[in-house]
Amino acid sequence: MRVALQVTCLGDALFPDVGKATLRLLRRLGVEVDFPEAQTCCGQPMINSGYLDEAVPAVRSFVRAFEGYDAIVTPSGSCAGAARHQHAMVARRAGDQGLADAVATTGPRTHELSEFLVDVLGVTDVGASFPHAVTYHPTCHSLRMLGVGDKPLQLLREVRDIDLRELPGATECCGFGGTFAVKNSDTSIAMGADKARHVRDTGAQVLVAGDASCLMHVGGMLGRQRAGVRTMHLAEVLASTEGLAVEGSGAGSAPKHTEEPV
Amino acid sequence: MTLAPDPLTSAATFVGMPAFPTAARAALADSQLRHNLEHATHTIRDKRARVVAEVDDWEELRTRGAALKDATLADLETHLLTLEERLTAAGATVHWARDAEEACRVVADVARSHGLDEVVKVKSMATAEIGLNEALAAEGIAAWETDLAELIVQLGDDLPSHILVPAIHRNRSEIRQIFLDKMAGAGRPAPADLSQEPAELAAAARLHLREKFLRARMAVSGANFAVAETGTLVVVESEGNGRMCLTLPEVLVSVVGIEKVVPTFEDLDVFLRLLPRSSTGERMNPYTSTWTGVSPGDGPQELHVVLLDNGRTRALADEVGRQALRCIRCSACLNVCPVYERTGGHAYGSVYPGPIGAILNPLMKGVGVDEQTDSLPYASSLCGACYEVCPVKIDIPSVLVDLRSQVVDAHRGGRPSVEAVAMKGAGATFGSSRRLRLAERFTGIGTRVAGRLGLASAWSGARDLPTAPTESFRAWWRRTGGGTDSAPGGPGSGTGGLDR
Repeated sequence: MRVALQVTCLGDALFPDVGKATLRLLRRLGVEVDFPEAQTCCGQPMINSGYLDEAVPAVRSFVRAFEGYDAIVTPSGSCAGAARHQHAMVARRAGDQGLADAVATTGPRTHELSEFLVDVLGVTDVGASFPHAVTYHPTCHSLRMLGVGDKPLQLLREVRDIDLRELPGATECCGFGGTFAVKNSDTSIAMGADKARHVRDTGAQVLVAGDASCLMHVGGMLGRQRAGVRTMHLAEVLASTEGLAVEGSGAGSAPKHTEEPV
Repeated sequence: MTLAPDPLTSAATFVGMPAFPTAARAALADSQLRHNLEHATHTIRDKRARVVAEVDDWEELRTRGAALKDATLADLETHLLTLEERLTAAGATVHWARDAEEACRVVADVARSHGLDEVVKVKSMATAEIGLNEALAAEGIAAWETDLAELIVQLGDDLPSHILVPAIHRNRSEIRQIFLDKMAGAGRPAPADLSQEPAELAAAARLHLREKFLRARMAVSGANFAVAETGTLVVVESEGNGRMCLTLPEVLVSVVGIEKVVPTFEDLDVFLRLLPRSSTGERMNPYTSTWTGVSPGDGPQELHVVLLDNGRTRALADEVGRQALRCIRCSACLNVCPVYERTGGHAYGSVYPGPIGAILNPLMKGVGVDEQTDSLPYASSLCGACYEVCPVKIDIPSVLVDLRSQVVDAHRGGRPSVEAVAMKGAGATFGSSRRLRLAERFTGIGTRVAGRLGLASAWSGARDLPTAPTESFRAWWRRTGGGTDSAPGGPGSGTGGLDR
């Protein structure tokens, strides 16, 4: 099986440790992972803002980069959602049958990380250890667009020494929503404030989610509140083992550029 | 001293409302509103979830509901002509209204033909949509709302903020005050010792409305469904005010959106199971009234049915958006929407608020015309909670995204906005990994400059910005050969390199 990492544009530019953690995790599980350097972005920022023409180059580079791989793994529910549920629309808009055929191949092969681990690899115990109080926020696109269900929680429950705390109102949106976060910043912040309150109510030390974008939003609020809660991507928790505790690269805590071996 | 709540002089209007972000900002600052909405939406949301969970074949019902609506819409003309024929055969007079003005004209003319200066109303979204009360007021005809929540809105000279519970933004103490202040000016006053107990408030409304039911000679209703094969109209309600309006007056005018038609009586089976559970969270609604034309000696002896377009054919022509016409106005999408829960309905500037309003308004009015309508498709985080609960499976997030593209397209060609330039730039950058790699060298500078210029203030007003890393993932990959140069295990070595 040829496996490619789609690191996401946000992960590439702002949260590289999420990509590194994904690599480390998959390699530990015996999966050889390639990073096709032709990749850029899934196109979602343009698509969800209504700029479909502007999304065409991103979708073209997506299929160029990932054609030929058996599985495309991404540490993002929303980027996987874009590939699976939105690329066809962009291809139609471009009026390009070749592109439409290509996305019909890459779309179904794109897996969000927890789906890849549980459905494709068939593992829930990834050999991780994380002795901290954690609460998990299921991001909307992973939950409702992809339907990952409780797969991330299945994975987290198997982590050694983790103190997993239930997040009240977990399935409610955090308020990020891409450009919604700035176009409707007041509403976005009101939603984020409630999410941050629920996170604090759990007493958890770490907020975990499967999308760096949502973590950037809620983490940004928790950071502003000096809440003492740090954010970590699911991949970073699952990559942590007894010998290697990952600090977390999310917003709300200053990102640390780590040089851990992958 | 209180103002007389004269329906003829109501000043409340959605006309001229600002775009969503501006209206939302004001609503978000209203702590009473936030409190009322959080309590009310969560109560209905939980109730719905409980009764929906009781139905084993709920998903199948949703699929059937969606399929029935789609099939009907695909052959709408045939079904509407059948409906007209059966209605006429049953003694009703059918009117076709292209827009709000034509529909209001019909109702006013019927009232005038009987020399009437007042009508009683069954709660109806179609008549709210066309601004019937205001149009009748302009003709000197008072339209009295008889649904409890609509009464609260009307007495308060207020605007509806929810499809099912238009006074959801009010709590019981506010309602008590409205009744005490305004009922006397509209008819029977509220008792002076009125408390804020729901039963007492309801009793005051019953007595106040009773005199209107008994006096009224004409009623105006909408319809939840119109059965083509039998010419039967259906109203689903909870309070019994509808039943009063539909049976007591001599004249009845029903304003019915053309998407309300269902082909057969049997089709009601699906919708009458989907609607109450989705809407009020009840297994069955207390009152379901059906009437077929005129029955001599029983109920209204003159029935007019106004079949209303008012933008519905425009929506029907929209390939992606036409699914919005499946809507049965249950309002489940409002109750689960995290945006609606915080802003309330007024911010949407329409009688159709919430997720369904964010698509229905642009679909019926068209985009690229006014800023307020164009702002609605963006009034969503695309979380998808609405789609999940919709009893007729309207994929609201997908329609929102499609409408956003229509808004963007409508503004292409003119002077590009900052956003349009940014998106074009991003589009070009994401077209090539080489360009992206170059751009990423400036990520750190970019975020710092954005911060200095205040460009990021919409973000950073309440949220810390992440500090850009010194190296992008792709730069790290290049430099380290995918992390394998320094790693003892190398790729695929099941042990990784766990020591730092």
